[in-house]
Amino acid sequence: MIGWLRQQARALAAAGRKLLRAPFSTLFNVAVLGIALALPAGLYVALANLQTAARAAAPEPQLTVFMAVEAGRADVREIDTRLKKHAEVVHLRYVPREQALEEMTRVSGLTGLTEGLSGNPLPDAFVIDARDPSPAALERLRAELASWPKVALVQLDTAWAQRLDGLLRLARRALLLLATVLGFALVTVTFNTIRLQILTQREEIEVAALIGATAAFIRRPFLYHGALLGLLAGCLAWGVVAMATEVMSDAVADLGRLYGGTWRVVPLAPADAVSLLAFAAALGWLGAWLSVGRHLFEARLR
Amino acid sequence: MIELSGVTKRYPGGHEALKDASLAIAEGEMVFLMGHSGAGKTTLLKLIAAIERPTRGSVVVRGQNVDRLRARAIPFLRRNLGLVFQDHKLLFDRNVFENVMLPLEIIGYDRREAARRVRAALDKVGLLEREKAMPITMSGGEQQRLCIARAVVHRPAILLADEPTGNLDPAYAAEIGELFRAFNQVGATVMIATHDVQLAERLAPRVVTVASGRVDASVAQP
Repeated sequence: MIGWLRQQARALAAAGRKLLRAPFSTLFNVAVLGIALALPAGLYVALANLQTAARAAAPEPQLTVFMAVEAGRADVREIDTRLKKHAEVVHLRYVPREQALEEMTRVSGLTGLTEGLSGNPLPDAFVIDARDPSPAALERLRAELASWPKVALVQLDTAWAQRLDGLLRLARRALLLLATVLGFALVTVTFNTIRLQILTQREEIEVAALIGATAAFIRRPFLYHGALLGLLAGCLAWGVVAMATEVMSDAVADLGRLYGGTWRVVPLAPADAVSLLAFAAALGWLGAWLSVGRHLFEARLR
Repeated sequence: MIELSGVTKRYPGGHEALKDASLAIAEGEMVFLMGHSGAGKTTLLKLIAAIERPTRGSVVVRGQNVDRLRARAIPFLRRNLGLVFQDHKLLFDRNVFENVMLPLEIIGYDRREAARRVRAALDKVGLLEREKAMPITMSGGEQQRLCIARAVVHRPAILLADEPTGNLDPAYAAEIGELFRAFNQVGATVMIATHDVQLAERLAPRVVTVASGRVDASVAQP
């Protein structure tokens, strides 16, 4: 066990030395990989922030029940009592059609237009706060109320929130795709880097194999090399994202003030950052593993 | 210790380097494989170290059938061997000390113990003062001695050397011959492929001749 740990430590140290011995190419590699990782990581932070903002901005969802224009007083009264008895309705506000017209005239400033109308084109309406504000429950309630007699239309004013939600879901899907593609790029770049390493160390590999090195012994420094590359790239990506959130935070706060709110950019959470590093290191390891499996065999056959 | 029976080695392309070769070497023996270049001496050594596999016949080293050894087991066979290569195979990006350290690193020695053994091996071949030197700055004779130090540092039971005095002048060659004699005297089985007759006369080993792939183990002492 101690011998095994010693071998691991030596391989790790050897890989570290190799990275330091070629600082320029190491820097270049880490920059390429780091930027490739920073893109999805940055997008992830942006999405997380948007989602929080969307949730905070969304008002309590309400249902508006529009009566049919031909509905009479009695119909309205009946719907009113049914709504009051309904278990899902917490709060109910009645908007008579006269009040609606008045409001519309006042708000839109279309005095002339409404005066020219022969009658009131607006229906009576109820505005409802539901007990369960989840989109599914609201949708169920909406369908139920819409089937009542003399009800023309039930409108769910969470539609825009749902649309935003859908948009965010789409963005998350795109993020996943982007992360997959760039993760693949990371594996490819380490694959190639390790291939070059193997080529330059051909002699060393050959000699080591001739004097009794196991395949694992030969493979190990390359695997650590790949993992270290990935880890460094992950660190760089973290740094880039942290810097970007820092740079953006002032502008976002200013914009928030214009909208009369206090907006704050939330940076990458430590747990997420750690999984970013682990993910990057694992991908580097994978690239190296594939490369070693492919090229070590060739190098030894020579 | 080493036993070849009915070994034929045919390389891709049809060249037969060894033809039905049989040879038995006891523990602690010193054996010279003698013959012209291209006679099959190097191939014979490569078969023992599992660098090549025989086309026919069997190669047994320390009771292990080398030609049936799984690839994973080969490194452990080689740790019993010390190999001195014709072209040295030194690593030119490492200094003398690090070159000799390599076999011990592979086996997984503790650093302090390894350093002690490296110095002992370098002392034996007379390179102790040059442990920081890079191999490229050394003469042919020094490189050869460095290669020998690397071959013996892990105290192998069997030492295989391919043309160890190849391009050396007689004085150097004699020195290296003495090194092999010393290892043989402390119990190592030594096998040297060479066409250096002077060296053979000096060490008076058992001589096996190899000519056009045929091995003749019945030659009298020179």
